[in-house]
Parts: sequence; structure tokens; C-alpha cells
Amino acid sequence: MNDLSDAKTVTGAKRYSAGVMKYAQMGYWEPDYTPKDTDVIALFRITPQDGVDAIEAAAAVAGESSTATWTVVWTDRLTACEKYRAKAYRVDPVPNSQGEYFAYIAYDLDLFEGGSIANLTASIIGNVFGFKPLKALRLEDMRLPVAYVKTFQGPATGIVVERERLNCYGRPLLGATVKPKLGLSGRNYGRVVYEALRGGLDFTKDDENINSQPFMHWRDRFLYCMEAVNRASAATGEVKGTYLNVTAATMEDMYERAEFAKQLGSVVIMIDLVIGYTAIQSMAKWARANDMILHLHRAGHSTYTRQRSHGVSFRVIAKWMRLAGVDHLHAGTVVGKLEGDPATTKGYYDIFREEYNPMALENGIFFDQDWASLNKMMPVASGGIHAGQMHQLLTYLGEDVVLQFGGGTIGHPHGIAAGATANRVALEAMVFARNAGRDIWNEGEDILRDAAKTCTPLKQALDTWKDVTFDYASTDAPDFAPTPEVSM
Amino acid sequence: MRLTQGQFSFLPDFSDDDIRIQAQYAIDNGWAVSVEYTDDPHPRNTYWEMWGHPMFDNPDAAAVVFEVNECRKEHGGEYIRVIAFDASPGWESIRMSFIVNRPKDEPGFRVVRQEVDGRAIRYTIESYAVREPEGQRYA
Repeated sequence: MNDLSDAKTVTGAKRYSAGVMKYAQMGYWEPDYTPKDTDVIALFRITPQDGVDAIEAAAAVAGESSTATWTVVWTDRLTACEKYRAKAYRVDPVPNSQGEYFAYIAYDLDLFEGGSIANLTASIIGNVFGFKPLKALRLEDMRLPVAYVKTFQGPATGIVVERERLNCYGRPLLGATVKPKLGLSGRNYGRVVYEALRGGLDFTKDDENINSQPFMHWRDRFLYCMEAVNRASAATGEVKGTYLNVTAATMEDMYERAEFAKQLGSVVIMIDLVIGYTAIQSMAKWARANDMILHLHRAGHSTYTRQRSHGVSFRVIAKWMRLAGVDHLHAGTVVGKLEGDPATTKGYYDIFREEYNPMALENGIFFDQDWASLNKMMPVASGGIHAGQMHQLLTYLGEDVVLQFGGGTIGHPHGIAAGATANRVALEAMVFARNAGRDIWNEGEDILRDAAKTCTPLKQALDTWKDVTFDYASTDAPDFAPTPEVSM
Repeated sequence: MRLTQGQFSFLPDFSDDDIRIQAQYAIDNGWAVSVEYTDDPHPRNTYWEMWGHPMFDNPDAAAVVFEVNECRKEHGGEYIRVIAFDASPGWESIRMSFIVNRPKDEPGFRVVRQEVDGRAIRYTIESYAVREPEGQRYA
């Protein structure tokens, strides 16, 4: 009863006689199926309830995320039902995790509306996540066929054009989130922006929950911020930006705020993940039409991305957001205060920035993924990072990234501009050393100390934060070691 | 003021050897290095004057240093930058950009504010240098 590994799809009239039948016998388990190049493929981590067979559970996930209901319906026969059924075609035990299985499920492209994350997700992470025979379910990865990728706009601006627009090449961008995140008046808020930008940062950022509160309404913030941006630009001769968060209760409000940001000459606006996939796609379309860089803060994602057994992996969210069309998205720092195992984080960064992702199980990437010339997304690293980690940040995260030092700028003992200068000098010195062929991983601290000889703010930053590290075990590490022993 | 465009403006001004090291990194990555100069460093002045074509087939950064010094002979009182261009698919744009020469006095920029309705302001940033005609900037 529990072993359905040789379960066969029931065919003919018997398949449609009224009553309940196992999902694996209804056509949702097809071990001989070879996915088509145009199929969407999802990889789920399934944890069946005790006594539920893994293959039946996988078939049930395929069924509930495509055409099935709990009982046989004769109306299936009015459709090309075999085409529309998702097919679980492979189930593997998860290495070192008792009771968990990886289920590979293929979906015909015609199950989805082109260019709609809402439609894709309503199937793939819809009802199925509450399905009783499973203890837990996690969407680990997806393979999106080129035919489907091409129905999406992709990042409104992309890394290359963003750099051209900012006139900034050859080094990571630098940013800082204005702190305290709540309570500053518009006038005080703009002061922080001005000091940070004139000190050497490229960007400052509203935090995710800065919208339009009693202490600072949005118009006021936008006006003071743009005064700060323009003053700093004149003081340095650089293009500067501040992510004006346009997140609001309705699309009408968001469009109004985005239009005002545009009128004031901002190069970038910001939205939060909590506004929802459709709102994100709408803002991406607006951003493309208005030559605006679109920053997405992933507020809320840890509610479903962090635990390994249940939810949606961030790598899948990253893929959806590249399709949806945002330009910036937070993706972890490895060394900072927030969740982020190095191997897993590399997988995210590759999804953001590469033309093509080959399967890399050691980074949690289960499929080859062709991005079909969709623009690249700029990853943003923020949360508990400081100038003293610059060699680690550049090694782990590379060059096309926004490094955001909030506390690490504003908390500098000699002020915000000094904090910004310390970060910029540390960054430029580290890029110089890397390009000169030095081993920055091992010589990083020497390189920083040398740079600090001609930069007092950097010396002060290094002295203040020299012992700060966040070294905790990660809850979301890959299941496969760099040389996987399991046959895949 | 100090113009801080480019990837190394917060470091001390480059020696010829610094220029050579960074240019060689670009060449080793397969990027074409070129030299450009301007007397209007406005942040959105994209097109600085080209000191010859990008050096597509040049394997040796010493040639870049030579061209920078040739350019300095004629434009030593202006801004000169070195840029590296990557023609590979999916990028086809600049990979590096750094300033290697600046005028002795950098006059900087002014902010011009046009106050319009609803307390909004239209901002213009203007190089002080461009108040003089071309050829007469930076005396």
C-alpha cells in the first residue's frame, strides 16, 4: 500500500468511474516522462504525513497544483486532460533528511498565462501548500523555459544601463539606509541623505516601513531628499540617488508618489515585496516607461523563505522578481547580521546576474536556466556590514552589487559623511588591490590598514567595529556538498 | 572641490605605475582601454573627447601610460580619464573608468533652483567651468 514506485496510471473508462482514486493512478505520476524544453519544472521538497507514500504525495502535489480535485470528475474528458495534468516524474530522498523527498514536477506551458507572476504562483504555490496529507512543503527551485521567460519584461533598467545612467563603473555601488528607520522629520531625514551622499555614497535608501506617517509625510520626504541629492551631486560631480519608497495602500497612491519622484528628478524609486506580485509588475512597467531604476526591498520574505522544510526558497523569489522586472533586490551579505550561507547566497547572486545558470547543486540550483537576454538584476547587500569586512564582501559578492552600510555609515564616531568616506576609501582601496593581483582574502586587513594611513575616517571606522562579526549557523544551507555523492 | 567620478577618486592621485597596473588588469580581462579628456566634467556629460580610438589590440599597458602622457601634453589643465570597454555579449559597455589627471583648481558645480508650484523645485547642476567658452576654461 505504501510503496507506489510501480504505480501505473489507470486508463480507459475505469479511470473515470466515479469515486476516489490515488493521484499516482490518475496520471499525475509519470516516471517515464521526459520534460519538454517548453515545460515549466518545479522542484518541491515534500514531507509526507506518516504513512503517506512519497510518490503518492508527489503525485498529489502535481495534481493539486494543476488540474486535480479530490475525486474523479467526468468533465476531465471534455478537455485534453493528459496535457493539462502536471506530471511528477522523479522523486528522490533528500540527503541526510529522514522523511523528506525532492519531487520533480513538469507543467505544460499552456497551463500558464504569459507574463503573469500572479497566474504562475496561483498554481505553483496555491492550494497545494495547505494540503493535509503533507506535513510540510517547500518550493526549492523552478526551471522556467525560454518560451515563458520571453513573455516577461524583465528588469526595467538592468545592471548595465543602471551603471551607464549613474556613470559608475568598476566597483560595487555604495548605499546606506537612513536611520533611525522611523521618527525623523522630513527636514532631519534629508540631512542624513545629504551627509551620506556628499561623504561618498552613491545611494541612500528609505527603509521598508517608511511610507507616509504622522512624523513625516511622503511629499515632505521627497522634497527634502531631492534637495539633499542635488546638493551632494553638485558637491562631488557624481550622479547621486536616494530610493524614494513609493509603497502605499493602493496602486493609485503608488503611481502618484512615483510620478512626483519623477518630476523631482529622482533616478530611483523603491517598493516593498509586500505590495504583491501584480503591483510589483505594474511598477516595473511604470519604471520601464519612465526611465526609472526600481529598487525592491524584500520585506516579508523570511516568513516563507527561511525554514528549510516549508515555504518558498528565496532563489525562486529571485527568479520571479527577475521576470517581474525589478532592478535591485536584497540578496544577503553572507557576513552580515541576516541569514545567508555562502554557498546558497552564491546561488542567489548567480540567478540575479548571469545570462545562464548551469545546474549547481552545491549552490542550491537544481536546473539549467537560460535567461534569454532578460536584463540582469543588481543584488543589494545590507544588514550589519561595515568597512572592516570589505575584502570579504568583495570576494563573496563581486563587483556588481550595492553594498549598503546603514549603521556602518551613520554610526561612525565622527559623523555620517566621515562614515561614508571610510566606506568609499575602503572599497576603492580593495578594488585597486584586487585588480593589482593581490590576495585580498588573506591580505585584506593589511590593505585596509594601509588605506587608513591617509584616511582618518577609515581608521576610526576600523577601530570602532574591528571585532563585530555575526557568526551563527545558517538555517538554510544547501543539501548537497560541493561534490555530491548521491547520483543525480 | 574634488571631482569624485570614477572608481578611484577617493584614493591619492595615481602615479604612472598605478595607471599601468589598472590598465593591465583591463587588458588581461580582454577589455579595450581608451583615454578621454574634457573641460566640462558635469556628471551627465557622457561624451568626453576621445584621445584616439579604444586600443583594441594592445597587449601592453605601457602604451596606455604613453597615451595618457601624450594627452597631458595638450590637455594637462583638464580632466583626463582612462576607460575600459568590454564588448562581450550581455555587457557591451564600460567596465572601468578612473580619472588620471585634473586641473589644478577644480571649480566644481552650482545648483540652480527653479521654484515651481507646490513647493517643488526643478534642479539644474551647472559646471562653473562652462561659464567660460571652450578653450578658456581652467585658464
